[in-house]
Amino acid sequence: MLEVRDLKVNYGAIKALHGISLRVDKGEIVTLIGSNGAGKSTTLRTISGLLRPAEGDVIFEGQSLRNMPAHEIVRLGVVQSPEGRGVFPNMSVEENLKLGAFARPASEKAQIAADRERALNLFPRLRERLKQSAGTLSGGEQQMLAMARALVAKPRLLLLDEPSLGLAPQIVQTIFRIIRDINAGGTTILLVEQNAHMALQVAHRAYVLEVGKITMEGVAKELASSDEIRKAYLGHG
Amino acid sequence: MTEKLIQTLMDGLAVGSLYALIALGYTMVYGILKFINFAHSDVFVLGAWMSYTVALCAGWPDGQPTHMATWVLLLLVGIAVAGGLVAGFTYWRRKRIAPAAYTLWLVSGWGWVAVLLVLLARLLHQNGFDIIAGGVILVCSMLTCGVVGFALERLAYKPLRNAPRLNVLITAIGVSLFLQNLGQLDWMFGTRPQGMPQLLPDKVLFNFAGTPGANPGEWLVQPVRVRLLDVIAAGTSIALMVGLDRLVFHSKLGRAMRAVSFSERNAALMGIPVDKVVSFTFVLGAMLAAAAGFLYSQKYPGLGQTAAAVWVLLGLKAFVAAVVGGIGNIRGAMLGGLLIGLAEMFVKAYQSPSVVDIYVFGILIAVLLVRPGGLLGKATVEKV
Ligand SMILES: Nc1ncnc2c1ncn2[C@@H]1O[C@H](COP(=O)(O)OP(=O)(O)O)[C@@H](O)[C@H]1O
Ligand SMILES: [Mg+2]
Repeated sequence: MLEVRDLKVNYGAIKALHGISLRVDKGEIVTLIGSNGAGKSTTLRTISGLLRPAEGDVIFEGQSLRNMPAHEIVRLGVVQSPEGRGVFPNMSVEENLKLGAFARPASEKAQIAADRERALNLFPRLRERLKQSAGTLSGGEQQMLAMARALVAKPRLLLLDEPSLGLAPQIVQTIFRIIRDINAGGTTILLVEQNAHMALQVAHRAYVLEVGKITMEGVAKELASSDEIRKAYLGHG
Repeated sequence: MTEKLIQTLMDGLAVGSLYALIALGYTMVYGILKFINFAHSDVFVLGAWMSYTVALCAGWPDGQPTHMATWVLLLLVGIAVAGGLVAGFTYWRRKRIAPAAYTLWLVSGWGWVAVLLVLLARLLHQNGFDIIAGGVILVCSMLTCGVVGFALERLAYKPLRNAPRLNVLITAIGVSLFLQNLGQLDWMFGTRPQGMPQLLPDKVLFNFAGTPGANPGEWLVQPVRVRLLDVIAAGTSIALMVGLDRLVFHSKLGRAMRAVSFSERNAALMGIPVDKVVSFTFVLGAMLAAAAGFLYSQKYPGLGQTAAAVWVLLGLKAFVAAVVGGIGNIRGAMLGGLLIGLAEMFVKAYQSPSVVDIYVFGILIAVLLVRPGGLLGKATVEKV
């Protein structure tokens, strides 16, 4: 479904990605784990068209996204819930959800309403707060809103950038359970995480990113039990 | 005494709504791109001068003709042809028509609509429907300035979208000087002031209150005079502001504008075409400024040349209004505009016209001391 080929991305003179390749198949949850500054967000931003690669390509269902503007990539069904949630704090929860459906044509009104219902059923706490402005939500609720908003966009490939960042363990559990539910509903997911422990539990396959390079890849369960991963990311000695 | 108070209040609201219309353009562009578009007040001046030009084209006699009309026509044809060339060339080389061609055709088509409106205004004027013709001229001037706003953003500001804000600010000053001087060229509006023909009759609709004197037409206490022109001016401005408010806060496009103003990057992730929204914002701001220019030219028919100090001061006060209301905040700009207009008229009526500006800028300083972000704005530290 998605193929990232030998991607190199720079911020001016700073080289952030030194040629990474990865693949996400239909129906999978693939996780990209790595510590702070490894280049995880850079990878997602490049897939979404917010950054342009210096070299390499991003192929989604046979189509190159290299030169496609970000707002058109969303229309293909590649939807990102960005790092730091990216909710619009001075708008209500309701308006944030409406923005999620921005790219969908007015003719899909009925389906949009149905998708909105489904998203609110996954995150019932949002339903009670539809009129509340997003800036006044707790961190966990903002994360839920960011994910619900992405779901209203009808993603075929959902890109999640550190959904567990800064959340209490209990909420992290909930979020990851819902990630699994979303995937069970047929949405393919590329999950970026620092929380390797949780990410490897829900994902089918995983890639490990270290300072702009992929250093390991494989089936998530196997990686979770490998010595290097246990030492470097799971805190077992 | 009550009469004077009410009269001043009404005058203040009439002038204030014009300031508000201009202030909105400053505030919308700031809200979205975080810089002060110094060229905005020149678009207002252009709006006034375009109204003048269009009025002459529509057959109002009392004015010196300018050459603008011919040039606008030639320019429109030129842009359409350029669009054709771009389309032909890119189709020949790459088998697909470049988006730039559509942009050029759009601009040209837009201009042709303006040309048709001039003809319509002429027809209406000849048949005695002057007020409606005035409305058509207003729309025509708004359209023309909309195109100018669009072009300014594309040519001057868009290439600097990711440049430091200071560079953009300096560019804006450059664009402003460019427009001021361009307007003075002989083939534009020239260096002489001109008298705007009166499109809307400046008659008194009705008087109320006041104490009549012994003879008819004599007053011991002047009544409150409600003038048609003021009613139309205030009515138009208020209608435009209500329309804008609804657009921004209750429509899909407005939601997109607010999203872009909060974060371009996150807006793009919602599938919002950021460049189009930015263009649209400039067009909208320019159109409101043009409307203000038209209304202003009706109230104060002596049009100074485009670089005249009066214009600069007016633009500056509208900017002050935007800052007082809280720059970046649309309702703030409306509030600030009305406030500055009221202050100006009250000082004029109860103190002296010569100290008006002291009060206007005094209000600015006072508001910024108490609320650095403006009345409705949030206080933020801005590094420019
Ligand atoms: N806007 C930027 N300008 C310059 N360097 C950046 C920028 N964003 C990220 N970087 C650098 O790129 C590298 C990768 O960052 P990022 O993709 O955010 O990492 P991660 O998401 O894995 O924490 C880091 O070294 C970071 O400092
Ligand atoms: Mg990151």
